[in-house]
Amino acid sequence: MENKDNQLPLWEVFIQKGSSPFKHEGSVHASDSKMALQNARDIYTRRGEGRHIWVVPSVAIASTDLNDEAEFFDPSDDKIYRHPTFYTMPAGAKNI
Amino acid sequence: MTEEEKLFHFNEIIARDEKIEPKDWMPEAYRKTVLRQMVQHAHSEVIGMQPEGNWVLRAPTLRAKKILLAKIQDEGGHGLYLYSAAETLGQDRSEMIEQLHEGKAKYSHIFNYPTLNWADIGAIGWLVDGAAIVNQVSLQRTSYGPYSRAMVRICKEESFHQRQGYEIMAKMMNGTEAQKEMAQDAMNRWWWPSLMMFGPHDKDSWHTQESMQWKIKRASNDELRQKFIDKTVDQAHVIGLTVPDKDLKFNEDTKHWEIGTINWDEFWNVVKGNGQCNHKRMAHHIRFHNEGRWVREAVLSYAEKINEFQTAN
Repeated sequence: MENKDNQLPLWEVFIQKGSSPFKHEGSVHASDSKMALQNARDIYTRRGEGRHIWVVPSVAIASTDLNDEAEFFDPSDDKIYRHPTFYTMPAGAKNI
Repeated sequence: MTEEEKLFHFNEIIARDEKIEPKDWMPEAYRKTVLRQMVQHAHSEVIGMQPEGNWVLRAPTLRAKKILLAKIQDEGGHGLYLYSAAETLGQDRSEMIEQLHEGKAKYSHIFNYPTLNWADIGAIGWLVDGAAIVNQVSLQRTSYGPYSRAMVRICKEESFHQRQGYEIMAKMMNGTEAQKEMAQDAMNRWWWPSLMMFGPHDKDSWHTQESMQWKIKRASNDELRQKFIDKTVDQAHVIGLTVPDKDLKFNEDTKHWEIGTINWDEFWNVVKGNGQCNHKRMAHHIRFHNEGRWVREAVLSYAEKINEFQTAN
């Protein structure tokens, strides 16, 4: 959280609308979580965009590396038996 | 992946009309261009709060004052969405502000014009925000993901800005002779600078071609300008305003309004720092940035103390 001119640490903002999953909306600068929540409210929910906010210090987020994308996700790419269409159903069977 | 493969992959994403995301590989020139554009856009939103702030304490009614405050708050929010998008490319916010203060980063030339009467607030909402919307609607499809998402959000909010501005103009054109004169005066002063907001003609625009190829820009300056002219001229006529252009004429064949010559000397003069308010806008920003420094230091120091306390207990 290196900030030369005290622009305050960066926080990532996630907002939930209704019963949808939390969605990343952007970031804010704040010195602590309380300020981060208030700033996120002022910046990202001026028109009822959601009633539940998470803020996370940007430095706390670990991310997959897009350059290793193929390798990283490879283990799940060859398991076609995870998909329902893999299986052959007997003729005449219904509602399955 | 080799450099060629990376470039090939990047071009594929652009060709498929998908988005480039922060961690994706991108050509250095793409990164530079999209970053410059986002930062410039962010600074414009923030500096744009000043000409309107000039009228908060003099708004004619409480309704007008509340609307103006909400609009200015939106502009601040838009600046922050855009700074946030720009930060995804790794530039620190303090660096962006430093560059603004040093004159290395630009903001839209339009905010260096003064707001002289209440109708100017109408003209800014209707014309300046109107021009910005045309540009921003097109930028919703820009190829850089975070920029595109910021634009979608901004566009949702901007149409209130334009409508409140047009409402002010319409009300004044429905009022006394003096009010009509003020509205026309604002129109006369803001019309041409609003047209300049789209930037130089395509033939003179250095950045356009590359930006279009990479889909950072989705329409050229002249195309966007024409779109704005066509809808705005009609809106002016509806409320009885005269467009201050003796050469303005409707081309029956193309169905477009054709305008006279834009005074690009004026544009470049303002861009280079010689507009009426360039100095004032920057001095104001620097002053408040510096005056707020102790607050930033205090909250950081408070956060540190709290952390120490929590660790100790």
